[in-house]
Amino acid sequence: MSDFAIRAKGLARSFGENQAVKSVDLDVATSEIYGFLGPNGAGKSTTVRMLCTLLRPTGGSATVAGFDVVDDADEVRLRIGVALQEASLDEKQTGREVLELQGRMYGISGSVLSQRITEVVDFVDIGGAIDDFVGTYSGGMKRRVDLATALLHEPEVLFLDEPTTGLDPASRAKVWEEVRRLNRELGITIFLTTQYLEEADVLADRVGIIDGGLLVAEGTPVDLKRSVGADLIIASIDAEAEGVDQACTDVRNLPLVTDVSVHDDEITVSVADGAAVVNDFVVALNNAGLRAESLTLRTPTLDDVFLQVTGQRLTVGGSEGEVAA
Amino acid sequence: MSLAQPSGFFRDLVTVARRAVRTLPREPEAIIPAMLIPMFFFAVNIGALQDVAEGQAPGFDFKAFQLPVAIIFAVTGVSRANTIVTDIQSGYLDKMLITPVRRSALLLGMMVADIVLVFALSSLVTIVGFIVGVRFETGILGVLAFLAMASAWGLAFTGFPYAVALRTGNPAAVNSAFLIFFPFAFLTSAFVPLEALTSWLRTVARYNPVTYLLGALRALITEGWVAADILKGLGAIGGVGLITFTLAFTALGRRVKTG
Repeated sequence: MSDFAIRAKGLARSFGENQAVKSVDLDVATSEIYGFLGPNGAGKSTTVRMLCTLLRPTGGSATVAGFDVVDDADEVRLRIGVALQEASLDEKQTGREVLELQGRMYGISGSVLSQRITEVVDFVDIGGAIDDFVGTYSGGMKRRVDLATALLHEPEVLFLDEPTTGLDPASRAKVWEEVRRLNRELGITIFLTTQYLEEADVLADRVGIIDGGLLVAEGTPVDLKRSVGADLIIASIDAEAEGVDQACTDVRNLPLVTDVSVHDDEITVSVADGAAVVNDFVVALNNAGLRAESLTLRTPTLDDVFLQVTGQRLTVGGSEGEVAA
Repeated sequence: MSLAQPSGFFRDLVTVARRAVRTLPREPEAIIPAMLIPMFFFAVNIGALQDVAEGQAPGFDFKAFQLPVAIIFAVTGVSRANTIVTDIQSGYLDKMLITPVRRSALLLGMMVADIVLVFALSSLVTIVGFIVGVRFETGILGVLAFLAMASAWGLAFTGFPYAVALRTGNPAAVNSAFLIFFPFAFLTSAFVPLEALTSWLRTVARYNPVTYLLGALRALITEGWVAADILKGLGAIGGVGLITFTLAFTALGRRVKTG
């Protein structure tokens, strides 16, 4: 096994005129959990489909588990496990039959296969329902069986494409726990796409932010957040009002302030020590003739990172988890 | 280290076939019409035409003449093409394509289930033929040859719906493709012998492979081991199979191409 589980250089994919993925460079270390964060249509799933050998890149190259995804696709396939977003299974088979089929397609059979099925069924905590038809499963159960199929052959690299989209908070927490456990106990490299900031934040060792088919920021969640500033002061204002430019200039001149920006009736101030500046900030607003309708002092989130690198927030109305699936 | 290892072609085929065969009895909604339609036509054709046909030519056994037609109705167009469409639409095909399974096995495995089903349907129709008094000139071996040819024809024809399924991924298109069954089954010597057809239909029927298949199946029942008839029947099966399989595997190649 190479030191890097996934490497991509200038990876790109166009569909006709539409450049779904423009250029993505990745270096995911073995045993790392890498979070690929971005809104719908950013190019997350297209990137995953290229790395999983389902889609041929139209530009650049990539290796997974040390093998080229185009030239050595069969070698890659032997070493990866994939849970795609749709969690598609055959409704007319039982969960166990789906797992048996999956195992045989990886050349596993006999007692090794039954042993592994017992293990993965245990792991994803399906219990007796494994002998029911997939058609009777809830969405959450389908995802669990799908994850079990992805783990059956003990892959080196696991791709999880939006594993918690559409799940309730309790199921989501459970998936997070499983992902951590897989990584910790088995050392599996996990490449996870998500549109949930919190998910990337709590799960990933490193996060790559993709927007418009380009990787726009990458780093550990801590480093990414630190890049925005130690503290953020956010005031709701009327962005159309006259004094906004004046206020920005004045605030930018305050000590400790590193950045000032205005988006959607909010003025956001990045500052080394929020508590020390908040009073002067309000005075500056008042002097410019602005009234703060609300004032927030907090540490940055990945959404703030997203805002800084893309110019818009990932979450709609600032509420986590409300993004349409 | 991964447990996975490359598996042989035959094992891949068995793996895929196992799923397809297992699903057969779970889809009675697909099988029951395929059982009833040939019985219906067998009964109606005999009821309507037996007296006329046998009155025209004394000694002519119209039931024996119609049994191969019922077989054609039973096996032509039976396929798992709708399963492939469902797999394409649900994303399950993608899930299988991520595994190292051989791509050709994904299609051939389905066809194994088709053979099982068309053999069962042909056997059923043949048993009904026995019940109404049809006897084989060629004996038990002839019955087996008859069933084998019927199954081979069913298989040869499946390539067509599979090609449509893989090309379009659209269930409506697969259902429409069934329409090709009508010229194949009706523009032939299905109801009266070739010589008795009006001239335009006789011309069309001469180019219809089903005419030669019917000729071979009828020979096995009423004539005996007539090599010329049987070889023409096998040729018809082979020719149709070559065309539909070429279409189906070309479509498979395009579908699994990662571009």
